[in-house]
Order: sequence, then structure tokens, then C-alpha cells
Amino acid sequence: MATAEEIARAADRRDIRNRWYLSAPALLTIFFAAVGPLAIVLVYSFLTPGSYGDVKWQFSPEAWVSVLFERDIFDDTLSLAGAHISIFWRSVKLAIITTLITLALGFPTAYFMATRSEKTRDLWLFLITIPFWTNLLIRTFAVLQIIRNEGIVNTVLMKLGIVSAPIQILYTDVAILIGMAYVYLPLMVLPVYASMEKLDFRLVEAGYDLYASRWQVLRRIIFPLVKPGVIAGSILVFIPAIGAYVTPSVLGGGKNMMLSNLIELQFGQGRNWPLGSALSITVMLIVMVALLVYVRNAGSQEVRHG
Amino acid sequence: MPEQPGKNAIEVRGVRKVFGSGEAAVAALDTVSVSIRENEFFTLLGPSGCGKTTLLRLIAGFDYPSAGEILLYGDDIALLPPFKRPVNTVFQSYALFPHMTVAQNIGFGLEMLRKPKAEVKARVAEMLKLVRMEHLASRRTSQISGGQQQRVALARALAPQPKVLLLDEPLSALDYKLRKEMQIELKRLQNQTGITFIFVTHDQEEALTMSDRIAVMSSGKILQVGSPWDIYDKPADRFVADFIGETNFLTASIAGVENGKARATLKSGATITASVADGFQPKAEATVVVRPEHAKLTKGKAELSGTVENIVYFGTDTHIHVRLDGSNDLFIVRQQNARSAGCGFEAGDKAGIAIGDDAAQVLRD
Amino acid sequence: MAKSFSIRHQPGFTTIAAVCFVALYMPIIVLVVYAFNEAPSTSEWGGFSLKWFQSASQNAQVIDATLRSFQIAAIAATLATIAATMAALATTRTPPYPGLTFKYAMINQPLMVPEIVTGVALLIFFSRIKIFTGYSGLGYLIAAHTAFCIPFAYLPIRARLENMDLSLERAAADLYATPWQAFRRVTLPLLWPGILAGLMLAFVISLDDVVITEFVKSGGQDTLPTYMLGQIRRGITPEINAISTAFLLLSVVIVTLFFFVSRKRD
Repeated sequence: MATAEEIARAADRRDIRNRWYLSAPALLTIFFAAVGPLAIVLVYSFLTPGSYGDVKWQFSPEAWVSVLFERDIFDDTLSLAGAHISIFWRSVKLAIITTLITLALGFPTAYFMATRSEKTRDLWLFLITIPFWTNLLIRTFAVLQIIRNEGIVNTVLMKLGIVSAPIQILYTDVAILIGMAYVYLPLMVLPVYASMEKLDFRLVEAGYDLYASRWQVLRRIIFPLVKPGVIAGSILVFIPAIGAYVTPSVLGGGKNMMLSNLIELQFGQGRNWPLGSALSITVMLIVMVALLVYVRNAGSQEVRHG
Repeated sequence: MPEQPGKNAIEVRGVRKVFGSGEAAVAALDTVSVSIRENEFFTLLGPSGCGKTTLLRLIAGFDYPSAGEILLYGDDIALLPPFKRPVNTVFQSYALFPHMTVAQNIGFGLEMLRKPKAEVKARVAEMLKLVRMEHLASRRTSQISGGQQQRVALARALAPQPKVLLLDEPLSALDYKLRKEMQIELKRLQNQTGITFIFVTHDQEEALTMSDRIAVMSSGKILQVGSPWDIYDKPADRFVADFIGETNFLTASIAGVENGKARATLKSGATITASVADGFQPKAEATVVVRPEHAKLTKGKAELSGTVENIVYFGTDTHIHVRLDGSNDLFIVRQQNARSAGCGFEAGDKAGIAIGDDAAQVLRD
Repeated sequence: MAKSFSIRHQPGFTTIAAVCFVALYMPIIVLVVYAFNEAPSTSEWGGFSLKWFQSASQNAQVIDATLRSFQIAAIAATLATIAATMAALATTRTPPYPGLTFKYAMINQPLMVPEIVTGVALLIFFSRIKIFTGYSGLGYLIAAHTAFCIPFAYLPIRARLENMDLSLERAAADLYATPWQAFRRVTLPLLWPGILAGLMLAFVISLDDVVITEFVKSGGQDTLPTYMLGQIRRGITPEINAISTAFLLLSVVIVTLFFFVSRKRD
């Protein structure tokens, strides 16, 4: 006869097995329609482009070389690919600036929300949530209508006589920045608010009691305590911003490309799938570095609180 | 073991429960054996972490023992899943289903047993009456008070007429007055239904007031099983004596153990007759305990003597702390208060402490 | 009288917050207002009119894209919610077991990878399968949408499960409910609000998707957002405002429902 110990162990094993069966549909779907194909992208990045798109099954490191370099068609020498590098640089720059803008605006907004009374807090949260779940394309389109030459901003400025001709905002980096800051602001506010809401204001009182000024209370007490939320918000904004596709294609026009537009180009007119694949992997590497920074920060944060 | 009237509802035989494995293994129950009689109000008493809740969970079937048997009227149920055991539980948090009404909660078990609708209805009505909740039958469980939730939890567990009812610290969430009321209510329900109750608590007062018998547990072991009187007046060892009530510990040399009595010679030189705990192994020196209310403070000479150090007034009685001559230990005497009269002593007074025959108990450890 | 000192006040914060809320809503309000503009312009006001709604609702391409969007969102959200519910049951309320961390990582993976990368990956993968099987229906879009909806559906369901008292199911088992009965009668009814919230979230996420759909769709498989993106790139007419307004209204309704369902306590 089986001992109680064996029966208990068998029950545990059965439980774990059932838990695998239960999670199988989700895991398989994500594997086949999200994660698995990423491996194919990696493979494609080492193949030769086909003449009408797709690839020839022939190993070539050329795609990776051309991520950063250009090969001279006559003497085969390599030089830095100015166009690619400027797009990389623009993407990283715009993503970082977007993160900073949303932080500068989102932090006070989250603080404002967290210091409302219990009842109205839900209302403010609701007001932030609505744009968050509203179609990103529609929100970008809304920004487009505001800032274009015939848009409300320029119309008002001209009617008031402040400018004589409309300011060209659309199809510039500024337009992309305004658009991204606009669409990603809720992504910053929500996590910052989540940690701000848990803030114990008796600690703030204690700070004032110990002679801290408003600025010192903000910097020495409030900010360190909500730092996990700030880091989470920054990551949540940075990741979609570095890979942003809709906002630069609508507000940046054809010239001000970001990484995603460059990638799209390789699968469209460029007909260079290996290069598109290599660029995609590069975007993912940038995101993974950002995530690693986040994990390390979040980890050390927990240690300090524990 | 004393004589055993009636049948045993539950017999726990050599049950061990180990959590974790290898180096990290912890024995929550260390080879426990105990018999619980039919129709008995049996209490598992001990501090948190002593294994009392683990034992209850093993009987309920929420966990399985690492070794040993659990018999319900002679059948080993140790490995049966909870829904195959005719045993029901009143949970500490009540665990009432929030999406059902009071009546639906009470009828749940019967429904699961596929009883005919009419029978379920009648039984639910009967249960509602038993716990005096008829007027709240169609309320949601979130719309009733803590005490009422407690009654619903009881009715729900009693409705399927279990062979044994398990109660896991059911009164701990209630305030003091309500707890007192429910103690009486529980006792009434047990008398009325005649079901065997196994009650888990860390509250010694609760255990003493309600139980037919008590098992005192510590560190995964049962230290003593007995009636409230046995447990209080004749504690078997230091832990039981200390955990239940207040007590004075004295060192004495023991001679002439016979018929559960012995001559104990205290450090002061006085010799008293004391009862001896079961399982006492003869040895030269042992610990003797005297409850504060079983000793008397005198002006003259007595078995012990010392100086009054502190007088603490409690309303019904007064505690007088006496520093003993010689050993320098503190001895507490409890005196019943009379109206408009002091205790007759003041701090600094010399006093004698009289310990009558049979007021002292020799511990086994 | 001197103003009393407020613990919670920080200079300028309220102003910035006010600016943020105005800035968040102003463009949307302008967009909605011009959807009702009589003039075919999005800068001159020519009086109130519903004509753009009318023309949009008669535009065959819009109708086609809308129906396709709803079809994909309904199927993908349902499948994703079922898969997510099962996964949430499998990954909560258990001591850690081998593979649990892997499951978390896997389920949350679609949130970590930029959409453009997933889009590219699926474009390559599905184009191979298309060649191999010859099938080029909506299945690809549905599969892709299901995959990226799973983590969103999973979030509220998991949260709900983790807040659920395990002793309730224990009580059901104690009262003679078999594991299946306990699930049907206790776990599932208590989990419903979470499942509903997850379903709505997944539906909105699927309905909103542009990037992955843009890469995965075959010719003639436009959803409403990809149709709109194409139109906006070509030049804007108030008809897009009208479509956006209708779309917005739907989102607001769903989000409002979601807000109430996920906040409901019982």
C-alpha cells in the first residue's frame, strides 16, 4: 500500500501536471503567434535578400553589416551609414525626450490625483483611463488636426496677430514629440499614481516636523518612495516610444523616419527583408537593455525596503 | 488512561505531519495520538504554531498526514478528500460564500449531497431556527453583522448533520461581549444537536468554560489531555501549568510517592502533601506548583515566609506579591476582596504563606 | 488671516495637472466637434451637420472594415479570455513550482516586445505558412490578435483570483462539493467580474490595434484602424472625424463598463 507521503507527492505532481494542461492554450498561442516567430526573424537577418522581397536561403552577414555601415558599390569599402545612424539617433533621442516630458508632466499630475479626496480620486483616475484605452491612431489624428498649418493652434495665433504665417509644426521632430508625449502620457501617470496612492502622508508630516522645506520633502521623502512607480512609468513610455510606428508615420511625414518606419521600408519598397529583420532584432536589444536596467533597479529597490 | 465511557468518534494514531523536506523540514505534528469521544466537546488548546490547526486540517481533509492514521468511528479517513468525509468545519474567517444568500449558504452542503429539494428546504428552515436567524434568510452574507455571520457559518456546517464538527478559532474575530454570548450559544448547540465538537483555540478561558475535555498542545505534541478541572488543578508539566492561569513554581525534594500523593519538602524546610502528575519519574528534586488562590497569607508563621512587595487591586480580588525569604523568588497570593475592607497587609510587611494539603501539585518535568 | 499650511500642497503641481487634463481632452473635443461640421474642412466652422456620419455609414469600405474589426475583436477577445482564465487558474494560489516563472514570462512577453518587432516576425512567419498551406483567410489576424490580447485579459483575472479567499473553495469541499462542483458553484461565480473585465480589455485592445494588423493583413483585409491610417496618410476629410467619433464613443462605453465591473466588490 502506498504511504501517505507517496500519495501526497503524487497529488502534488498531478496538480502541477494539471496546471500545465490549463496553461497550455495560452502558452501555445503566444508561442506560435508572438514569441516563436521572433526566432525566425533572427534566422532571416542572416540570409540574403530575394529580388522581389522575401529571402534566398543563403547565409550572409551583410544585413547586420548594413545596419550601421554602407558598402561602396565600386571599391567595396565600408563607411558609416549616415542615414541609418541618424535614424537610430533620432529614435533614441525622441524616445528619451518623450519619457522626460511625460515624467515632468505626469509626476505632478499623479501627485495632484493622489492628493484628492477618496471619492473624487476615482473620477480623476477615470479621466486618465479614458484616453489610455482610446485608439492610439485616433488620438494621433486628433493631435494632427490641432497642430497642422490650418489647425486650431495656428488659426488662433494668426487671428491674434502673433504670427503672420502659420508655424510649420507638422512633419517635424517637434510634431513627433508632441504626439508621443500626448499619446503616452497616461502610461506615465498610471504607474506613478499607483505608487503615489500608497504613499503614507504621515511621513510627509514627519518630514515637515523635522524642519524640511517643501522642496526637501518632495526630493527626500516623496520622490524616493514613489521611485518604483517612476521607473515603471519610464519603461512603459520608453518601450513603445522607441518602437513607435503610428505617431511618426502620421505626424513625421516621409522624411522624419523613426526605426519602425525604416523597418517597414525594408519590407515594402526596400525589399530587403534581412536588413529589416536585423533592424528589428536591434530594436528588441535596445528594449531588453532598458528592461534589464528596470529589473535591476526594481530589485535593489525591494532590498532597500525589506 | 482513565476509563473510557462511550465510543470514540475520532481516533488519531501516531500522526506526524512534516512540512518541507530535507534540511528545511519542520514537524508541525510530532507523533500525536488522541481519542475523542462521541458527543464530546473537545478542545485543542495551545499557543499559535503548536500544531492544533494542523491537526484540525488533517481531520477535515485539507491536508494529509505524513504518517499515522485518523479513524472516524473505526474507518481510516486520513487519505480521503474533504468532500468524502462526513465532517464539517466552521472556519476562522467563516468563509461564507459572498455570492449566495444566508439560506443558500446553509443549504449548500445538502445540495451537494443531492438531497431532495423539499428536504433541503425543511432542513435549512430548521437550521435558521436553531441559530435564530429566520428573519435574515434571504440576506446576502455581506449584509449581516459579524456575530450573525458566525451563526450562519455554524448553521451551514451543522446542516448536513456531520458526525464531527470542527471549529477553527471561530470566536477570535468577535468582540469580547459577543464572544461570551457565543460561548454559551455554542455549548447550547452542542447539547441540542448531540454532535461531537472539536474546537481549536489559543484562549485558555474559552477552553475552560466550554470543554468537556481539553488537549493542551505545544511544539507539535499533546502534553496533557483531561477535563478542565484536571488541566487547571493538576497540570502535568511546566508548560501546561504556565500556559493556563497564573501559578507559583517552587522547588522541593520529593519523598514517599504513593497513590498519586507525595511528601514534598520545600526550601523553607516545611513539608506538605502534594498530588503527583501522571508519568512522574521519582527523583530527588522536582517542581511543585501552587495556584495563587490556593495559598493563604497569614500574619503568623506558615509553610513559607517573606516580605510583601506589591499589592495589586483587581476589583474582585487582590494579588499580593511576596518576596520569599531564602530563595528570593516572588510568590503571588490571590485574595478574594470583601466590601470596604483592605487586604490587611501593606508593602514591607512580614507575612507567612500557608499552603494546605492538596493545594500543591508535583510536575513530571 | 494667514493661510494655513497644507501638508499636501506642492507649488505649481495643480497648474501642471490642470494643463495636462485640458491638453488630454482638448484635441479629442476638437476632433469630435469638427465631425459635426457642415463645411468640408477641419479648420473652418460651417454650421452643424450630420452629413459626415451619413457618408461614412454609406461608405462600403468603412462598413467592410468595421465589420471585419468587430469580427476579429469578438473572436480574438473570446479566445484570449478563455486561454487567459485557464492560465490564471494555473498560475495563482499555488506554492512556486518548476516552470511557474517561465509561464509568467511567456504570458507577459507580448507586452515586452515592441509591436513593430512582433509585426515583422508574424509577417515573415505567416508568409511562409501562406505559401505552405495556401490559406490566406482571417485566421492569421485572429491568431495574432488572440496572442497579444492574452496578457491583457490575464491581468484582471489574475488580480481577482489572487484576492479571492482560498478558504471559500475549502469550505465548498468541506460541504461535499467535488472539485468540479466547487469550481462551478464557488470559484467561477466569484471570478466572473474579473473574466468580464478581461474580456472587455481584450476586446478594446484588439479593436485598437494598428501596427500588428498592418503587417499581418493580406490584401483586402483592412480593419477600421488600418483603413483609417491609409486615409489619413492620403489626406484628411471630416469623414475620418466622424468615424473617429463613433469609435471614441464605443471605447468610452466599454471603458466605463470595465471601470465599474473591475471596481465592483461583493
